[in-house]
Amino acid sequence: MSNSQRTGIEALGHATRGLAWEEPLLFERSRPGAVGYSQDPLDVPAVEASDVLPADWLRDDIPELPELSEVEVVRHFTRISTWNYAVDLGLYPLGSCTMKYNPKLNEQVARLPGFAASHPMQPAALSQGMLELMARLETFLAEISGMDRVSLQPAAGAQGELAGIMMIRAYHEHRGDRRSQVLIPDSAHGTNPASAALNGYECVPVPTGPDGMLHPEAVAERMTPEVAGLMITNPNTLGLFEQHIARLCEIVHAGGGLIYCDGANLNAMLGVTRPGDQGVDVMHFNLHKTFSTPHGGGGPGSGPVGVKNILAPFLPTPLVRKTGEDEGAGYRLDYELPLSIGRLHGNLGNVAMLVRAFAYIRSLGPDGLRRCAEMAVLNANYLKTRLAKSFHVPYEGRVMHECVLSDQGLEDTGVTTLDVAKRLIDYGYHPPTIYFPLVVHGALMIEPTESESLEGLDRFAEALLAIAREAREDPALLHGAPHYTPRSRLDETRAARRPVLRWQPDSSS
Amino acid sequence: MAEYDLPDNLIYNETDEWARVEGKRVLVGVTDYAQQQLGDVVFVELPDPGTSVEKGDPFGVIESVKAVSDLYAPVSGEVVDVNRDLADHPEQVNEDCYGDGWMIAIAPGDASELEGRMDSAAYAKHCEERKE
Amino acid sequence: MRYIPHTEAEVGRMLEAIGVASMADLFASVPAELQLERPLEIPAAGSEQRVLGEMQALAERNAHADRFAWFLGAGTYPHFSPSTVDAMASRAEFYTAYTPYQPEISQGTLQAVFEWQTMICGLTGLDVANASMYDGASAAAEAALMALRVTRRNKVVVSSGLHPHYRDVLGTYVSGLGTELLDVEREADGRTAPLASRVDDETACVVLQNPAFLGAVEDVAAAAEAAHAHGALLVVVVSEALSLGLLRAPGDLSADIVCGEAQSFGLPMAFGGPHLGFLATRQKLVRQIPGRLVGETSDSEGRRGFVLTLSTREQHIRRERATSNICTNQGLCLLMATVYLSLLGRRGLGGLAKANLAKAEYAKARVRETPGLSLPCAAPGFNEFVVGLPGPADAALARAHGAGIVAGLDLAPYAPDLGPALLVCTTERVSRQDVDRLLAILAEAA
Repeated sequence: MSNSQRTGIEALGHATRGLAWEEPLLFERSRPGAVGYSQDPLDVPAVEASDVLPADWLRDDIPELPELSEVEVVRHFTRISTWNYAVDLGLYPLGSCTMKYNPKLNEQVARLPGFAASHPMQPAALSQGMLELMARLETFLAEISGMDRVSLQPAAGAQGELAGIMMIRAYHEHRGDRRSQVLIPDSAHGTNPASAALNGYECVPVPTGPDGMLHPEAVAERMTPEVAGLMITNPNTLGLFEQHIARLCEIVHAGGGLIYCDGANLNAMLGVTRPGDQGVDVMHFNLHKTFSTPHGGGGPGSGPVGVKNILAPFLPTPLVRKTGEDEGAGYRLDYELPLSIGRLHGNLGNVAMLVRAFAYIRSLGPDGLRRCAEMAVLNANYLKTRLAKSFHVPYEGRVMHECVLSDQGLEDTGVTTLDVAKRLIDYGYHPPTIYFPLVVHGALMIEPTESESLEGLDRFAEALLAIAREAREDPALLHGAPHYTPRSRLDETRAARRPVLRWQPDSSS
Repeated sequence: MAEYDLPDNLIYNETDEWARVEGKRVLVGVTDYAQQQLGDVVFVELPDPGTSVEKGDPFGVIESVKAVSDLYAPVSGEVVDVNRDLADHPEQVNEDCYGDGWMIAIAPGDASELEGRMDSAAYAKHCEERKE
Repeated sequence: MRYIPHTEAEVGRMLEAIGVASMADLFASVPAELQLERPLEIPAAGSEQRVLGEMQALAERNAHADRFAWFLGAGTYPHFSPSTVDAMASRAEFYTAYTPYQPEISQGTLQAVFEWQTMICGLTGLDVANASMYDGASAAAEAALMALRVTRRNKVVVSSGLHPHYRDVLGTYVSGLGTELLDVEREADGRTAPLASRVDDETACVVLQNPAFLGAVEDVAAAAEAAHAHGALLVVVVSEALSLGLLRAPGDLSADIVCGEAQSFGLPMAFGGPHLGFLATRQKLVRQIPGRLVGETSDSEGRRGFVLTLSTREQHIRRERATSNICTNQGLCLLMATVYLSLLGRRGLGGLAKANLAKAEYAKARVRETPGLSLPCAAPGFNEFVVGLPGPADAALARAHGAGIVAGLDLAPYAPDLGPALLVCTTERVSRQDVDRLLAILAEAA
């Protein structure tokens, strides 16, 4: 089909390439009088709102909401869903995001009414199943990480990280020791400095060594009495295990500081090694990465935070506590933590994600979790081996859960990391994380996870190798990619220079 | 041929701002090197006229789609004029960084602060060094 | 393990290709003294059938709103959710995707977010809304942080009508910043005391929840006037989003930031989460808004499309100077709310809000005529109100539970000045008979 033919069909809003549709915004489909909801008849006397409340505090219309039937709503969202890439469609190798398979059992159990239709403020006596699940999940996570206590409250990794740094601050302040700085490696996620800043800390960057790892000297020379702690990601964002982790922890501890571990990459360590045994004092978990809860197009996540006993008095409240026989054996919520940093979530955390993670851990057991780490590491090293012939590998050595490549060596072709990523879409893959970590120029950060088979990895490697050839033979093909998506490359400059952040009746183009 | 347009009649900051003395005012913008490094500029945050600025301190922020940088004052003084056009047309920084892309005018407290600063040759060398 | 595809033969071939002899060699970079030499002490793996059975058994030990007549709200509401909402959220293209970093293969998520932002702008009466926050509590805290940045002041005036959990979260979020929080007490009728005398030139914002935690509808315009008289912002927090179907948009009443919790829009209560924070503001403050934003643009062939935009505000670029450390949005939750709002639509949301109001007015009328019960807060409300009891609230809750009713929230820890009292919520899911049964039980002397 020629371009002009295709454009003509799209203009009519019809299918473009077989089973692919154009779909306008909800508001453009709206038709006066259409309804998608059937309300129960009122069994009490109707009320005129203006008899109850001042008339000028009331509205009688919401013109910004559309009018649509249920069929139209279903078709709208089903159609736009087909424009998304997803784990259930194929390999999703976003580095540091651990896009593993999201088991269907987890979805079913989260929807059980006893979980889904229960209320966070209902009495503990009516919530024993939920509280038991939370208490047991806490012990699972503590055992997996080597920490002593876990709060399930943080709603996402970044909130768990915020809680962690707040506890470090509370610990020092409780000892009458106000410190002003936090050490952060230059390869860290942006949330690390942002969380430190929310605690009023100055961020002191620590350079990554030439081997991609953090070196004891680099930390020792910055470890002053002003340093509250070190934030470390292990394995780090280059996919490397921080071999000096134990020594780093000793140095920081000797200077009176504490160690925060960003748990984004815990998947590679499951059953193999535990942050708590490495010397870490506090860490967060990303249940949506390591423990298979779905990413949902950006969320909801869940970011429990685990601590060693020295930080346990500062955990967010409430905590779930097992009660003794004298109180009637069971579980209750405990608010009695006088040194707590306080509450971080309006309720008890993203509990439906906890339910899914619990089902996942129960389904895998100790052997299955270790197998996850082993296969994730096997997959990352296999891909690195296969790709090293055609792509530059900035750091040598065995990797853990992910491998980082760069566009060095492609400069003479004019092809960039972005072009390679966009061309991968044409081969049917979501691109890796690109241009991160910042310490690698033109980085391609690939995390295949354990969910991918050998055959799937081979196909993916062959796609990247084919793209490396195309870069030399036909770079224009890459500059113009992707070619087969519902939309080609989008103008991000225009979006940022003249932001259009909502639909308006007259803005329709 | 030079990769960057670096006019001779300007004073350069290490942080990639240029300054041009015009009578009692000093006009300030970012260099061609800076705008090329940033890519498409999408937003420039500038102070209000009347604000005091200190040499070497940030006076504003420049943003491209995926990067953000502070803007540093080359001289201490009072901001006497601001290029309001940049609010709606940040692309002027890319298109004409030494002309329509100017940012603020400062009335310097002590014009001698501008003596002995980098000229275009020194700044060109500074840019080359950072390419490594 | 059924989630992991590798056969042992494949593992062997892969180890060989990598050039290592064994799995242990693959982990050689982990120092031996740090390797765990024993299996994790967690229960052995359960089959799918077994795990499902265990989970069902746990679930059955919780009371839930599908089995009980439900009058407990207090920030989490048992509204009816049409089947379509969960059906759409169950599409793997939505729930197994991640943040739409690659817009060409994420237009589904991006378009849904753009639609959500548009709806929130309409409901709040403001110009820009973000792609969501974790929950209402963190949205309120982020709104206050935003006001601190905008005004460069360090004091926040907080209505005591703010949900007590939100107030706690706000306190936690600003604890490292030296911010002064000034709490404004509740008047006898349930509304917040006049704010004008509490705001001064150091005040960054006034935080006012509407309806208040105990149910009273507040005078938003008066609060805006009090805040603006000193150059402070007004933050309106909405924890029962359905009220926006009935009450005038806070932005029309001069609120500068409107934020809150949108769980009412089709999301399950789920024992408290995940829920859906929202945050909207005026165009001129767009660069200070936290969280993701989706904007319209065009592709290289001129077709309309959507992208994440204004990213330089965010932590992955601005790092320690970001507007927030947040990097998620509640993508799947906002999808559910967007589906819900498109089903109810322009007419349905207001109609449902009026039904909630009618149930509450019916219940209040019955309370007034029931000996032993009272309405200690006289200010008009929406679908939630305080019922004064003749005896201890915990005993009343237990009696109601025995009759298949979750009666409301015991206010003893939250508003001891009211004496024995419950916070009672009437949604469209409670019937007239449920209300009558509840009040009969509550009126029984202890």
